Amino acid sequence: MKILYCNCTYAKVVPADVKKDVLRRLCDSGQAFDAVADLCDMSARKDAALRKIAEGGDTKIAACYPRAVKWLFHAAGTPLPSEGVDVLNMREDSAEDIAKELLA
Amino acid sequence: MSRIEGRNLRVVLYEGPGSRALDGEERFEALSTLLDNGFEVTRPMAGQDVAPADGAPMLVLGRLDEAPAADPEQEVHFRDLGEVDALEAAREVREAAGARKLEAWKPWFPVIDFDRCTNCMQCLTFCLFDVYGVDEKKQITVQNQDNCKTDCPACSRVCPEVAILFPKYGKGPINGDVVREQDVQREAMKVDISTLLGGDLYGSLRTRQREARKRFSTERDESKALLERKRCLGKLKKDLDIPDEVLMTLPSAEDIEERAARAKAKMEKRLARSQTVQDARPAPTERDWGI
Repeated sequence: MKILYCNCTYAKVVPADVKKDVLRRLCDSGQAFDAVADLCDMSARKDAALRKIAEGGDTKIAACYPRAVKWLFHAAGTPLPSEGVDVLNMREDSAEDIAKELLA
Repeated sequence: MSRIEGRNLRVVLYEGPGSRALDGEERFEALSTLLDNGFEVTRPMAGQDVAPADGAPMLVLGRLDEAPAADPEQEVHFRDLGEVDALEAAREVREAAGARKLEAWKPWFPVIDFDRCTNCMQCLTFCLFDVYGVDEKKQITVQNQDNCKTDCPACSRVCPEVAILFPKYGKGPINGDVVREQDVQREAMKVDISTLLGGDLYGSLRTRQREARKRFSTERDESKALLERKRCLGKLKKDLDIPDEVLMTLPSAEDIEERAARAKAKMEKRLARSQTVQDARPAPTERDWGI
């Protein structure tokens, strides 16, 4: 199981305290993870790293709305598999809930 | 180079064999500073999965006693956090590796939900900035993301299927939130451009142009025209949530005339070429084209 964290660096739509708290819990967890500055930016660039993430088996993604994440990967030419991907929404859910799901 | 071209530097925060573990606060500070400055960071742990190397230049940061083994095919740089600051090291290596320099741009562009899109092309018709295109399968596509005007979600408003997302928009469903029945029904989401213009788009434009000619021949008044334009732009801004910067960049009357003249010259050239090959029929006149 891989973990991907999106920092949504270039906009202020994800609550800063939620992002910070999730990142801190990840850092303290002893769990391996990939953290990207901004999934939208990577999608616009069709970054090759997205393919590695999409094709790499079961993944948990802490980012924003699942519909947005799904179509951002698709727009990059690397659609996410229909199974084995769990998108957690830091715009809506609490840091505690997100971290619990990520590290379960 | 456009602002979306080039590879990012990938930073690896390493705490494996041959290095000393980072203090919890130091690890968090390094990670959050790098992310806030646009870098991608991987924290690998023995026996656990992360995204594999993808050919992008890589910087390994850690309290390194010795450089960890690396793929000789992969461009890898090592820096010791006991000697350098994480952000300084990342900036220095990014420069040395020729990786993409980050610009202060908000990645703002439309993302199409193909579960909803019906390929009606209203977005392509509506957008003035050449953001949309059509792929080889005649499917609508977003082809020039960085042409999109930051904070302008107007094309998503004209999509009758609520199929256009702007993930960095404030409100749902444009931000990617679930589309509810009331969203689909909401009038603001169902603007049909041709209906707005009276059904027959081209007929309406011709009628409007004839009337405008008549009117301007008797009462040409630039200040009135400017006032009307201002009023219409104000309505657009309010109804479609279009930011001022976008309205400011709309083409002027002179730009539109110049584009029209260029398009007409191109068309005439093409017609002249096809005539020499095909037949000797006279080229259509302005009257034939209704202009």
